[in-house]
Amino acid sequence: MSATRTPAADPTPPPTPRVTFLVHNRVRLALHHLRDGEGRSLLLLHGLGDRSPARVPDWASGWPGPVHALDFTGHGASTLPAGGGYSAELLLADADAALAELGEVTVLGRGLGAYIALQLAGARAAHVKGAVLCDGPGLAGGAIGPTSQSFVTLPPRSGPPDPYALLELSRDLRPPDYATLFVRLALDGSGLDEPISVAAVVRPPWLAAVADEVGVTTATIADALAAYAAV
Amino acid sequence: MADPDPSPATPGAYPGVVEPEREYRIDAGGVQIAVHEWGSESADPLFCVHGGFDFARTYDVFAPKLAEAGWRVIAWDQRGHGDSEHAALYSWDGDLRDAMAVMDSVTDRPAPVIGHSKGGSLMIQLADAQPFRFSHLVNLDGIPYKRRIPDASEHERTRMAASEITGWLDHRRRTATAERKPGTLEELARRRGRMNPRLSFEWLCHLVSVGAFEREDGWRWKIDPSMRFGGFGPWRPEWTITRLPGLPMPFLGILGREQEEMGWGTLPHHVYPYLPPGGRCEVLDDVGHFVHIEQPDLVAGMVLEFLAARS
Repeated sequence: MSATRTPAADPTPPPTPRVTFLVHNRVRLALHHLRDGEGRSLLLLHGLGDRSPARVPDWASGWPGPVHALDFTGHGASTLPAGGGYSAELLLADADAALAELGEVTVLGRGLGAYIALQLAGARAAHVKGAVLCDGPGLAGGAIGPTSQSFVTLPPRSGPPDPYALLELSRDLRPPDYATLFVRLALDGSGLDEPISVAAVVRPPWLAAVADEVGVTTATIADALAAYAAV
Repeated sequence: MADPDPSPATPGAYPGVVEPEREYRIDAGGVQIAVHEWGSESADPLFCVHGGFDFARTYDVFAPKLAEAGWRVIAWDQRGHGDSEHAALYSWDGDLRDAMAVMDSVTDRPAPVIGHSKGGSLMIQLADAQPFRFSHLVNLDGIPYKRRIPDASEHERTRMAASEITGWLDHRRRTATAERKPGTLEELARRRGRMNPRLSFEWLCHLVSVGAFEREDGWRWKIDPSMRFGGFGPWRPEWTITRLPGLPMPFLGILGREQEEMGWGTLPHHVYPYLPPGGRCEVLDDVGHFVHIEQPDLVAGMVLEFLAARS
């Protein structure tokens, strides 16, 4: 009987990325520097309940410049605040803190991070050279109008992610015409013909509306990053 | 009601003001919420909810009138306001959970709730989501209808939105070190008077004396400097009014006819089609957004009559 040998696990753990802590109001935000380099930075925004990757993901490896990843409030190595109170707009301000640190960026978001990447591309259009919107946790978000959802108090949790982040950011309202406002802002202020690239396969209502807007293209992650790297 | 030539005020001297009889803090999911009570602790509870950029002590004249009529009146400072803790995060849901924590700390039975402005809007949503908490709901000029945006082209609206969003983000970049602007007690009262032109200078001085703190360089409002009037997001004011028709508890709305900057701009004919069965909406002529401050006796009388008639 011959024994089946499985390849030994890679004994070398991924290198621990350098982290800068940014201050956003009373929250310390962890900005992970995954790769140094020359040129414009790529900023990665994670999905709901997730955290920044420990190294540059394969799907972003084609980016020629530095790569950074932000832990949102209540996630990863960032502060877990008491009492909840999350909104997508609060996370937009988290991402804006990273933008203030990095200067001009291209941004790639997964899931909830895709929605925030869209908002950042519109809100700071002159400083964001392209946003890539990808599938990931929290992509759909909540309803597109008022709901009958009730309110609950959650027990505290010692580590990330914050349960209130999971609760509140999984049901934040995302009316399509609110999402498309950020496309128009990006188109007006970025200087790009197509400042938004949709790489997501799944299209919740807000993203379907975004994908139909002028200035939005559909592309693979690799193609979208290559196009924005060339800008 | 505004005094065109105000004289320096004496803190705490405003006629009709009664200090709360009990003041304490509760823990609302890790955020310390300051609670203020008037009336006997053994009386039936009645909750008062303040508006945005206000605080519980804005009920210093109104609440004692209800307490005098036999109610235990409980008001609290929303997170970041008044004597409550400055939180890391602020949201509508957070405010509603804090309200639930205060209510749960007082009673497990339905109680009357009065809400002014944002507090009224918050309570419409809580009454819709958790009606078991409410025996009656009184709304004091707190029914949002539609955002007051001037006639503008689509391009102009986009430009206005851009300005609003970048202004808010610029503000967020400064909040870690932000402080409220200091001044004398009278200066803070005059500043507030620009937002509340119908309220008397003496009342505004009283508000400063309880809603601000004094340091060597002057008085500052207690409200968290990270909070900012206005803002943006997906929520639409008209979504609140659509919750009104289904409210199962007795409902009384009291609107001020005179429109003010801190009000919603809601007019009576906006509200009437949405009233719940048996609900009432009264309109006070020559009264602004702060109906309970401009006319405390009249409004307290209307509330007490409503509570007595529908008990």
